[in-house]
Amino acid sequence: MRVVLAEDLFLLRDGLVRLLRAYDFEIAAAVETGPELAAALAELDPDVAVVDVRLPPTHTDEGLQCALDARRKRPGLPVLVLSQHVEQLYARELLADGTGGVGYLLKDRVFDAEQFVDAVRRVAAGGTAMDPQVIQQLLARRSGDDLPPARLTPRETEVLELMAQGRSNAAIAGKLVVTERAIAKHTANIFAKLGLEVSDDDNRRVLAVLAYLDHGR
Amino acid sequence: MTTDTKNRTGRTTGRGIGLAAVRGLALALVSLPGAVLCFCLSLVSIALIPIGVGIVTTPYVLTGVRAFTNARRLLAAEWGGVRIPPAYRPLPEDANPWARTFGMLRDPATWRDLMWLPVDMTAGFVTALLPAVLLLYPLEGFALALGLWRVLPDPYWYGFVPVTGQASALGAGALGLVLLFLAHFLTPRLLDVHFRLTRAVLGSGQGELAERVRVLTETRRDAVDASAAELRRIERDLHDGAQARLVAVGMDLGTIEALLDKDPAQAKELIAQARKSSVEALTELRELVRGIHPPVLAERGLGDAVRALALRLPVATEVSVELPGRAEPPVESAAYFAVSEVLTNAVKHAGADRIWVDLHRADGMLRATVTDNGKGGAVIGAGSGLAGVERRLGTFDGVLAVSSPPGGPTMVTMEIPCA
Repeated sequence: MRVVLAEDLFLLRDGLVRLLRAYDFEIAAAVETGPELAAALAELDPDVAVVDVRLPPTHTDEGLQCALDARRKRPGLPVLVLSQHVEQLYARELLADGTGGVGYLLKDRVFDAEQFVDAVRRVAAGGTAMDPQVIQQLLARRSGDDLPPARLTPRETEVLELMAQGRSNAAIAGKLVVTERAIAKHTANIFAKLGLEVSDDDNRRVLAVLAYLDHGR
Repeated sequence: MTTDTKNRTGRTTGRGIGLAAVRGLALALVSLPGAVLCFCLSLVSIALIPIGVGIVTTPYVLTGVRAFTNARRLLAAEWGGVRIPPAYRPLPEDANPWARTFGMLRDPATWRDLMWLPVDMTAGFVTALLPAVLLLYPLEGFALALGLWRVLPDPYWYGFVPVTGQASALGAGALGLVLLFLAHFLTPRLLDVHFRLTRAVLGSGQGELAERVRVLTETRRDAVDASAAELRRIERDLHDGAQARLVAVGMDLGTIEALLDKDPAQAKELIAQARKSSVEALTELRELVRGIHPPVLAERGLGDAVRALALRLPVATEVSVELPGRAEPPVESAAYFAVSEVLTNAVKHAGADRIWVDLHRADGMLRATVTDNGKGGAVIGAGSGLAGVERRLGTFDGVLAVSSPPGGPTMVTMEIPCA
């Protein structure tokens, strides 16, 4: 799998390159500025891009803008955005086109190599990888309301969180150490309680849940 | 000194006249009771100082007077384009009532406020009311000419015309026409006179520069104090938080090195612990960074930073932004933290379930308005968050006005000059 990597800090870039190579990714390019990233995305046609939000020369949100731009030119281009902080504002912009193949994670998630690589693979396959913090912020805001998810059981809330992060039923079952059938039952319950249409497509599922949590803002 | 006045030509359109009349009427209706109330309360409160009661009440009363004059300063800038920068001496936040009372009474700006109140309730009232009168009184003249004179006592005086029959009623109508013609020229100018009068009395006229220098010196001292306190807080947070955690990580790594061969199981456990500590250190650093300068502010500017902030609030918040280009970074930062503080107040104390934020920039002013539908009753008092916001905005010559009647809604308006 060919990866374009954009990260301006040498240590982190170097670490990411080594980590991804160790898991058999091919690094098509590892760049450090916005213009270089734009060029690499246009020319190299990677399977997935791993991009830092903030890049030189302006040190604003160049990485994010480059990624959004590239996805406008090539809809569905898988992009995993990394940042020192996560903002719902940015998550919304990334999810806005609804085509999937989007990830948005805190840089700390790199600490858990297995999970990070899993997220990269998921995004490359057209799935979604939302940072747990984004989901928790949404849930925290909703928990005061007299609406579901207040009426979900603790277990169902747990499943909802993992689902919103973009994980499949099999992955959720593995993480919570239960059978996949039990998870399927939980998800069916959640969808019924929230009044959402049942979908097996992980990606559509994420969008539905996030749209639900974000509703009314 | 900002004493620019908008070009008034072209304002004498029908709409301009109507607007001036309505604004004048609103000003007259608010200014008279407001000024009378402020003036009476101030006199009573100051008179009661010798018996002690006044020492407690005076700071509150004078703060109210300042809120009233600040609101009028905002209106003068917004409706008349007449800038009247406030020049109050900042008071130490933890001052006792005695120091507050005499600190305020020693401030020449306080005496200018008190001198302005009688002017406002007389000349100010008349100049604000006249535009409305000039527009409405002619209507009576027309009504008389159309037959109203028949039902009125004989003779009825319209201006200087005694109305006794149709002929003199037509005279009254003609006088109305002349007055309307005058209104066409005078209405906007009268309102302008009103605002200029406000500036003449309220603005620091004589020794303006000396006053300005004094205010600048004090607000600079405030700014330096605030930034020193901020640096101390950051130092303490780093020292007790991230730094301590990184030390722990380093120690864990040392132990792991020693245990690697002897007891791999325990080493593995320690690795997990070290990783957890490093994640916690990062989380703390992230919070700290957000308090120093929010990343979204650096990446996207004020509009999106406030939008991102609104998304984190537990209360539904609508943000509308109209900011062409980006302001100077210090102004952006000051505006962001002011809005953030006001929003925190609204969420914590107002019990609101809806908040509206409006940011816009016009005529060299960055204006932020935060409105909530909560229970109202917010004041710029000692120790309140709003007083802190006012002090911090002072460094940028910014103003803060609060309108928060009991029962709500609360509207906080902030203005910062920006080039």
